[in-house]
Amino acid sequence: MSHTATATAATPPGSLRGARLPQWAPYAVAAGSVAAGLGISAAAGLHSSVQWALIAAVLYVVATYGLSARVEGRRQAEDRVATSFVWVAFLLAVVPLASLVWATVKRGVKVLDGYFLTHSMGVVGDAEPGGGIYHAVLGSLEQVGLATVIGAPIGVLTAIYLVEYGRGRLARAVTFFVDVMTGIPSIVAGLFVLSLMLMLDMQPFGFAGSLALAILMMPVVVRSTEEMLKLVPDELREASLALGVPKWRTVLKVVLPTSVGGITTGVMLAVARITGETAPVMLLVFGNPFINANPFEGAQASLPLYIYQQYAQSAGSPYAYDRAWAASLTLIAFVMILNLVARGIARWKAPKTGR
Amino acid sequence: MAKRIDVSGLTAYYGTHKAIDDISMTIEPRSVTAFIGPSGCGKSTFLRTLNRMHEVTPGGRVEGKVLLDDEDLYGPGVDPVSVRREVGMVFQRPNPFPTMSIFDNVAAGLRLNGMRRKSELDDIVEKSLRGANLWNEVKDRLNRPGSGLSGGQQQRLCIARAIAVEPDVLLMDEPCSALDPISTLAVEDLIGELKERFTIVIVTHNMQQAARVSDRTAFFNLAAVGQPGRLVEIDDTERIFSNPSVQATEDYISGRFG
Repeated sequence: MSHTATATAATPPGSLRGARLPQWAPYAVAAGSVAAGLGISAAAGLHSSVQWALIAAVLYVVATYGLSARVEGRRQAEDRVATSFVWVAFLLAVVPLASLVWATVKRGVKVLDGYFLTHSMGVVGDAEPGGGIYHAVLGSLEQVGLATVIGAPIGVLTAIYLVEYGRGRLARAVTFFVDVMTGIPSIVAGLFVLSLMLMLDMQPFGFAGSLALAILMMPVVVRSTEEMLKLVPDELREASLALGVPKWRTVLKVVLPTSVGGITTGVMLAVARITGETAPVMLLVFGNPFINANPFEGAQASLPLYIYQQYAQSAGSPYAYDRAWAASLTLIAFVMILNLVARGIARWKAPKTGR
Repeated sequence: MAKRIDVSGLTAYYGTHKAIDDISMTIEPRSVTAFIGPSGCGKSTFLRTLNRMHEVTPGGRVEGKVLLDDEDLYGPGVDPVSVRREVGMVFQRPNPFPTMSIFDNVAAGLRLNGMRRKSELDDIVEKSLRGANLWNEVKDRLNRPGSGLSGGQQQRLCIARAIAVEPDVLLMDEPCSALDPISTLAVEDLIGELKERFTIVIVTHNMQQAARVSDRTAFFNLAAVGQPGRLVEIDDTERIFSNPSVQATEDYISGRFG
């Protein structure tokens, strides 16, 4: 490297060409840092795999900066440090995610089969083998579906009001309360509906859970829809108004179709968020090992609640743990499929360029 | 078809800011009237008051009278939506609806106002596209998205969309400023044909364009920076460009300021 360093010094001023590290340099530095990290950990007797990775990451950033600053100069060194920070941050974000998916898949596939998906826990004790999640999938679908039917239209209409019509104090108040609602912990939404339920002297049932989920869903839908509607250029609204089209038809036929892809994505993401909610479901739907297809009467099950109950109520039974992992895998798959569908719709409905 | 516009004492505001002050003029039917003047002098604002698009901007309001063949656009009980059906508008940047095909773009005004009959729509779309000199270029791809056309074609598509609802007046806000010279020529030729059927008002920064296409020209200016825009004079285009009655007009046209 010292040769290249002298080459830098020899570069005549005013030249556009500076010394560059070879292309393989970052990889070599990364490999060296990992080796050094492992070496230091072994020497110091550290056994945690997190520690060597952190040491390696710090070494990588420092070594990149030092090397690049010597060879290429400070500006390039700063550029490389910024790049390596991005990479380190990316790895920090991806490693836990990948390990989570890996662990869930590894443990989840053990009991996940057709039988598991089509049977309930009706006659199976929590500590016994067998049983399935049919009742929980059914409950989740019904509760989330009803919550979406209530929450999505209200959210979209609120956003339309805020972007297209809202002026002055009412709009500001609505925006403020939507912001407040975004911050409501899910258990509080559950307690709110629970207080109503107790006032009316009712027993837990699926629809009560849907109401709490709808409350959680609404602000998310409002926010994302608002952003999508703001992206629609005013020129399109004006073009429509100038044709003598009333405002409501302009919103319905021009603004909404232009942004429907983004709105759908927002709604789907909100659905994905509430699908994993446990707290309000525990309070309001209660859980039920039997199949109850009626969300308006009697306790129901739901996937996140099922996972929690298998873990908490089985006194450490390995069968229950396997079922909990399989249910987790099902839940992740469900949310992922929803996201893929949302992306598909967004792409399908995106304004066409025709080129 | 093709109505006369009589403006008297028109003042427009954005909130508390007065944008144009006390403008009066008459715009003849079946003619092209051009508005020229420096940026920010209120030409576009004034144009937008002629079909009540000014009030779409939050805080936009208007005082004064705009008579469309003796009917006041700002009279009590007048619906801005019906005003805009009679006074169409073409904007500076081509803005076809991105989710709609070429056919749907032209049919948009009719369809959004409730016309459904396919055969009738077909006729009007063809007539409007022919009217906008675009039919031969797009007749084989009416179902393709309008945003796939070139800039000049898109602007003619927007003109076709505007004339499809058969307005009496067509307002054009710098319709050629985003177009190349060839597309500009196409649109200018089109304006020459359209004035047989419509009253046309065009805002332009291009003096040659005003001289080429218009019968009458109005010169707008600011009294000073921060002051509202006002009408300096309106006269036959030939007179404005050869022997204007106000010195400021001559200075502007000959490039001595602004």
